[in-house]
Amino acid sequence: MANSNQQDSKGLLGWIDDRFPLTSTLKAHVTEYYAPKNFNFWYFFGALATLVLVIQILTGIFLTMNYKPEASLAFASVEYIMRDVSWGRLIRYMHSTGASMFFVVVYLHMFRGLIYGSYKAPRELIWLFGVGIFLVLMGEAFFGYLLPWGQMSYWGAQVIINLFTSIPFVGPDISLWLRGDYTVSDATLNRFFAFHVIALPLVLLGLVVAHLIALHEVGSNNPDGVEIKKYKDPKTHIPLDGIAFHPYYTVKDLMGVSVFLIVLSAIIFFAPEMGGYFLEANNFIPADPLKTPPHIAPVWYFTPYYSILRAVPPILNSQFPGVAAMGLSVVSFAFLPWLDRSPVKSIRYRGGLYKKWLAAFVVSFIILGYLGTEPSNVWGQFASDLPLVGGADRATIVARIFSVVYFSFFALMPWYTKKDKTKPVPERVTA
Amino acid sequence: MKTKILIVLALLVPLMALANEGVKLDHAPIDPNNQASLQRGAKTFVNYCLNCHSAAYMRYNRLQDIGLTDAQIKSNLMFAGEKVGDTMTVSMPKADAKIWFGAAPPDLSVEARARGADWLYSYLRGFYRDDTRPTGWNNVVYDKVAMPHVLWTLQGEQALKIDEKTETHHLVLEKQGTMTPAEYDETVADLVNYLVFMAEPFKERDKHLGLLVLAFLGLLFVLTYYLKKEFWKDIH
Repeated sequence: MANSNQQDSKGLLGWIDDRFPLTSTLKAHVTEYYAPKNFNFWYFFGALATLVLVIQILTGIFLTMNYKPEASLAFASVEYIMRDVSWGRLIRYMHSTGASMFFVVVYLHMFRGLIYGSYKAPRELIWLFGVGIFLVLMGEAFFGYLLPWGQMSYWGAQVIINLFTSIPFVGPDISLWLRGDYTVSDATLNRFFAFHVIALPLVLLGLVVAHLIALHEVGSNNPDGVEIKKYKDPKTHIPLDGIAFHPYYTVKDLMGVSVFLIVLSAIIFFAPEMGGYFLEANNFIPADPLKTPPHIAPVWYFTPYYSILRAVPPILNSQFPGVAAMGLSVVSFAFLPWLDRSPVKSIRYRGGLYKKWLAAFVVSFIILGYLGTEPSNVWGQFASDLPLVGGADRATIVARIFSVVYFSFFALMPWYTKKDKTKPVPERVTA
Repeated sequence: MKTKILIVLALLVPLMALANEGVKLDHAPIDPNNQASLQRGAKTFVNYCLNCHSAAYMRYNRLQDIGLTDAQIKSNLMFAGEKVGDTMTVSMPKADAKIWFGAAPPDLSVEARARGADWLYSYLRGFYRDDTRPTGWNNVVYDKVAMPHVLWTLQGEQALKIDEKTETHHLVLEKQGTMTPAEYDETVADLVNYLVFMAEPFKERDKHLGLLVLAFLGLLFVLTYYLKKEFWKDIH
């Protein structure tokens, strides 16, 4: 496509095309990007994630106009936005609901990758950029959560930064360096604000662009896990099972967007706290460095990893193993392209072994997620005369079991995907 | 290093000591659309709460939303020569309050969102006489609370009776105040209704807007559904 910039366009468009690859870029990425025609429900969430990103950036800009990143003013400025800024409360709820919905769509998008093997060759880099996006998103959420300067903001940040303290030798210095003070304070708030509104969004945008460029280079996977580029029309060189992204998927995504906006609006207008899962009740109490809340729980999208952190017992009086396990539980996704040795991509043609492991992983993720929102004594204790688990918190033992399942899904993948009996994969996409 | 690890541990293992989980909260019978109740609650609030507790994010003229005019707000609910656009502040300095009560009374602007209506309703009805406390009052919902029973002239004095057999406790009204128990419960319900309103004044109004937005999006979905169908006719 070296000379593809030589378009037949005339007039103003022609003038631009002679100087900037406008028409050719639009063709390559939109009107002549050929996607498989058999995308199903699971293929909405990439587009929806982009939509949420735009919502977060736009609402974030308007919040920044009225928010004060200063420890003595931050909490009040959020209430100012909620009460005195025109439409401020809706902008704020769009942003807070958008944060949780971002994780909803990203988790569903990642699950799509798991069931259809979208991370497998030749899409390893798309997947890695995606994992990068996920990590940055977690950073965005963490830094942003401090800004309302409520009790949960404050103590959540305190707990997470203190995790670094457990790193052998350099831990305490790292924590101090991150906080910029000996406790979470105004200095911490200021730097978190800087990370949240400029540093990480820049990285995020860069990664999203890389994610899309890599995707458009190799082409989209599909529910059958077959490469549509194998069968092209001999004359036009268009994949036989491909359809132009625009208009076919733009109109389809438009439909998905309207359903998503219905869900988003229902939450924003009728249940912005989402029963304490999106906005925690304790965060309506201003941050108080002298008063530790009785129960510190992260927001729902972090709770599976938080559960793993709590489940790992301290070794040699050090919490570091738990912290390392938590880090590994997030990063594990990055290794999937090399752990999966199945010859097929899609779950449609995999054997029962992979399906069972995936189901076990999903169940673990949900149970760990639930347990992370609750104090570890939520299910009481085992009777003290039981062997091994006597007197231990039931929830902790359950969390340990499911942590093992969680990691086994990744660690044992090279074996069970190799051993699994696969079905023959069709040459072309089915319907 | 060691102490820091201890701090980490202490923070990771959620402490339940302060949570008072054992208390069963009564359901608060409130109706956010009952303006008369909200107005009565506002009156109780400015007369009894707004001397020690501020509501520094709430403007007096926001009370227009519960059906009051600026003139009504000024003559009935404002006592210290504030302007109607001012927020509900108090003149008691936090430092003094801390010395007098042991803890500065929290700002109540968003207290209902932090505690929940049921907690407030149970708390305000849960005071009892306790001579071991500096104020002479204790509370079944919030043990050893620093706040005295401000509404005691209305409710009267309750005592805590402990049933040693079943190890349960209950409150008994020993000296009735100016209100009957039913009247007092209603007054507290009105007050809680107001506190919930004050925590999120636009909530009910925005729900109407929300319905319009959902109706619009529903229509948009129908249009995009048929648009997609039309475009996809030639596929498959």
